[in-house]
Amino acid sequence: MADFEEQLARLQDKIRDLQAFAREQGLDLRREILALEQKAAELRARMYASLSPWQKVQLARDVRRPTTLDYIDMLFTDFIQLHGDRQYRDDPALVGGIARLEGKPVTVLGHQKGRDTKDNIARNFGMPHPEGYRKALRLMEQAEKFGRPVICFIDTPGAYPGLGAEERGQGEAIARNLRAMAALAVPVLAVVTGEGGSGGALALGVGDALLMLEHAVYSVISPEGCAAILWKDSSRAREAAAALKLTAQDLARLGVADEVIPEPQGGIQKDWQAGARAVKEALVRHLDILSGLSADTLLRRRQRRLAAIGQWREH
Amino acid sequence: MALFRKPQYSSMPARPDRPRDIASKCDQCKSILIRQELEKNLRVCPRCGYHFPLTAWQRIQYTLDEGSFCELNAGLEPVNPLGFPGYDDKLARARKDSGLAEAVITGRGLIEGEPAYVGVLAPEFMLGSMGSVVGEKLARMLDEAGAQGVPAIIFSASGGARMQESIFSLFQMAKTSAALARLHRKGVLYISVLTHPTTGGVTASFAMLGDINIGESGALIGFAGPRVIQQTIGQTLPAGFQRAEFLLEHGMLDMVVERKELRPVLARLLRLHRGGER
Ligand SMILES: [Zn+2]
Repeated sequence: MADFEEQLARLQDKIRDLQAFAREQGLDLRREILALEQKAAELRARMYASLSPWQKVQLARDVRRPTTLDYIDMLFTDFIQLHGDRQYRDDPALVGGIARLEGKPVTVLGHQKGRDTKDNIARNFGMPHPEGYRKALRLMEQAEKFGRPVICFIDTPGAYPGLGAEERGQGEAIARNLRAMAALAVPVLAVVTGEGGSGGALALGVGDALLMLEHAVYSVISPEGCAAILWKDSSRAREAAAALKLTAQDLARLGVADEVIPEPQGGIQKDWQAGARAVKEALVRHLDILSGLSADTLLRRRQRRLAAIGQWREH
Repeated sequence: MALFRKPQYSSMPARPDRPRDIASKCDQCKSILIRQELEKNLRVCPRCGYHFPLTAWQRIQYTLDEGSFCELNAGLEPVNPLGFPGYDDKLARARKDSGLAEAVITGRGLIEGEPAYVGVLAPEFMLGSMGSVVGEKLARMLDEAGAQGVPAIIFSASGGARMQESIFSLFQMAKTSAALARLHRKGVLYISVLTHPTTGGVTASFAMLGDINIGESGALIGFAGPRVIQQTIGQTLPAGFQRAEFLLEHGMLDMVVERKELRPVLARLLRLHRGGER
């Protein structure tokens, strides 16, 4: 990421210098400046069209990307946040509530990363504890009771690996969500907006369609973790990122992601509003289709979709 | 779909145990144990009670009535769907070392005369990790159990989801959990037996979803591995952390059972649920 963004930054510095020089000297350098600007645009387009998997990982983790609460702000109206799992505590790393999408009530859930370091510490970097997943389950069951579709925003390095998380059953909490979501009798849409980190992401990701933002990633393990296990060397994350086939484009090719939502050039971090419009358009379109199905058809379709994932040989 | 699904009435492991030494050393108390004696004791150290790991076929042999096991879907074999570097070689080596085609054996058999569908993860094949084949075989077995109204039991021993099939492995967690949702709706009993070690994506899917969760004595059971947790929190883990007994204390298991008690306990549970299916 850094390398090509630097190259671009240098070009932009040069353009600014030239503009200043033209102003000071009273020269007409419009043609020269325009040429440079064109070059910068081409470079940008070329770069973002041919990002390596590792560059995608870094883009997906960029703290300037909108968080779940930002998406809720931009996409929905009338949001009311609901708290707590009714068993242990409210997990700030996973947020949820009720809101309207184009006027229709929906339940919204998502991992919540922080917007700065202090916020990130409070949000545990978007890594939920079991109580986060249990809150999500509570709100999903509530959505089912009132016939509201569920929309999940996925953006997490993973479920938190800590003492308390293990004591309170991190595995059980995730597992229960998977089983419940497979049978939830309302439409469930999942959108990976940034980082889809393993089981901690999947616990909000079992549904009728999986959408991914253009620069989002989703894998069973982080590239760093994969490299550490495979080659005992986490600095080989670049290679691992390529091997894991974790980009949105990979997952669409593999038939796991149903749609890749285009991002503004440079990523959604460059233009939140334009990015959010594309996300909203996709959500509304998918919900329109799903809302027309009977609960039976919906569940049969969802179960078939899950049953089809995987590749093997049989004889 | 298979054109032929040949049932295999086999209860003998292709490679029952290796290396074929006459004596084994206990990992825990370091006693030297005579092989025959150890096997008679279901590979539990008679001195200190340490449970030696079992291969999938040993587990089947120790749990099911002799000659009752009929394997299902033995013809499912892994591919390298992502073209992951080195995976083909790893699979070939695992096949050669374990004598198995994949990290799970599924089938139907009897426990003290009680019918059950049984899936056993094979720690001897790539640490019992779950890729497409493991998920698919378990899901088919659970669906079959549902269709027949016969209880299902899964013995877990796994490092979790298999890295080399990344997103496919991850979604086997969803696939198996979805199959359990179907079984749940049919009112058919599902017992999860968590043996050493059960971690990662297996813990976070079918292993924790039993109507009854049984931990084998001393088994390490958790979502995150102890090393990862230690690195994250930067302190040493308390003694007994993530052991079956610890999970029982924290409410995640219904019981912890010694290996020699497993068969009778399973049989009792199966009998208690006989005819109880809706
Ligand atoms: Zn011993």
